Amino acid sequence: MSLQEFYEWARSLWTVWIFVVFIGIVAWSFWPKNKAKLEEYGNIPLKDD
Amino acid sequence: MTQATYMDATPYQDDLIKKFVLAATFWGIVGFLVGVVIASQLAFPALNLGLEWTSFGRLRPVHTSAVIFAFGGNMLFATSLFVVQRTCKAGLYGGAVLGTILFYAWQLVIVIAATTYVLGFTQGKEYAEPEWFGDLAVTVCWVIYLVTFMGTLYKRKEPHIYVANWFFLAMIVTIALLHIGNNLAVPTVLFGGPLWKSYNIYAGVQDAMTQWWYGHNAVGFFLTAGFLGIMYYFVPKRAERPVYSYRLSIVHFWALIFLYIWAGPHHLHYTALPDWAQTLGMTFSVMLWMPSWGGMINGLMTLSGSWEKLRTDPVIRFLVASVGFYGMSTFEGPAMSVKAVNSLSHYTDWTVGHVHSGALGWVAFVSFGALYYLVPVLWKRERLYSMRLVSYHFWIATIGIVLYICAMWISGIMQGLMWRSYDELGFLQYSFIETVAAMHPYYVIRAAGGLLFLLGGLIMAYNFIQTIAGNLRDEEPYEATVAAAARG
Repeated sequence: MSLQEFYEWARSLWTVWIFVVFIGIVAWSFWPKNKAKLEEYGNIPLKDD
Repeated sequence: MTQATYMDATPYQDDLIKKFVLAATFWGIVGFLVGVVIASQLAFPALNLGLEWTSFGRLRPVHTSAVIFAFGGNMLFATSLFVVQRTCKAGLYGGAVLGTILFYAWQLVIVIAATTYVLGFTQGKEYAEPEWFGDLAVTVCWVIYLVTFMGTLYKRKEPHIYVANWFFLAMIVTIALLHIGNNLAVPTVLFGGPLWKSYNIYAGVQDAMTQWWYGHNAVGFFLTAGFLGIMYYFVPKRAERPVYSYRLSIVHFWALIFLYIWAGPHHLHYTALPDWAQTLGMTFSVMLWMPSWGGMINGLMTLSGSWEKLRTDPVIRFLVASVGFYGMSTFEGPAMSVKAVNSLSHYTDWTVGHVHSGALGWVAFVSFGALYYLVPVLWKRERLYSMRLVSYHFWIATIGIVLYICAMWISGIMQGLMWRSYDELGFLQYSFIETVAAMHPYYVIRAAGGLLFLLGGLIMAYNFIQTIAGNLRDEEPYEATVAAAARG
């Protein structure tokens, strides 16, 4: 495998990598333990004045 | 009022926000007016006046730039710089100085762009028409904006960065990327040509793809992500309840960011662009249904449990209707990006109708809602001059939008069907001019719809002038106004 071929193969992994990151974000967001903390952030606009 | 505590602790740069609010209102009306003029020119070509400076081809970019970059741009500056101060509990980075430079520089950019279009200078790229010197001026403004916004985030006293700021920051960063990427050009003066002219460095299909990578993401980030930032602050603020699901807003943000940037090729179906790229653009456009509707549900459900506000508060009505239009146009968009549908819809008025259901229904309505919230707060008035006038504005503008988009749907689908009609011998059934003649009544209806939308804008401006003057209209009060007054 030439360096060029390796680069093109590795480049295609971006799709997989970004997808894994996104699944991680969804899992983190909806992890039951994080619920109280994250939903509390929703009150930030209501506390400002 | 509890406002005084934070006002003492944190000096917010509200005078600057006032300037942007007034500029947005002014340019909005100018942009709507030019829109009505060019819509009337299409219906009655004599209105081109036979002059090059007033012809449709030169006034059309004046309309698009005025509504997107003058009205939309000043709206985004006003709201993002208001929101970032409030949600970070910090004054603007750079104090009044940086922001004021940004304000005057941006108004100058608008005047340069409009003047050069009318005089016939253009790069010929849709929504990126300014010549090289205009592009450089935009770049300077944008760097000042980024520094101001990022600097304020850095100064924040609130540990968490509220989600509206994520949308604003994504908009700022992506627009910087798009603006520079798409406008790379060589001024001819470097090679002894005229000073005002430049040529883009891309050619052929690369030029087309770069242009629509820019064009679609100007919609996706400037007119969507930026205005979603407005939704995530002003809907909860006006409804006085937190967003329906903060967790959904996080997923909404990242899904939108990961998907939108790939959707551009759907503007180039059945062109020289490779088939795989067209299919990629279509696929990502269809996937965008999910974040768009997730965001719409999040905005609408924020009202859950207090739906009576739709009846009692016309400002909430603007905000909620805008989210409804967002859902509608982000349903229509992916449908139109499907190649089979696009083969009928592309190059027809259907596209124009789609754009305006998004631009008038979503972008302008969410802006009106934010402006009606901001004016009494910034000028420290008890309430708006008149809630009745807000309600009249809402209904007049809504009827205008319905006339506009229904006329364009019918006209566009008819136009598409006429273009693809063959007779029994395999010849085209209609000449091009026959399709133009058939569209005439719909062009008149569209111009009438635009006129109503402009009238709504003038009612809003009158309401603001009276509010700022400190007047209260003698009228039967809305329940929400009474409740707000009682709370003090």
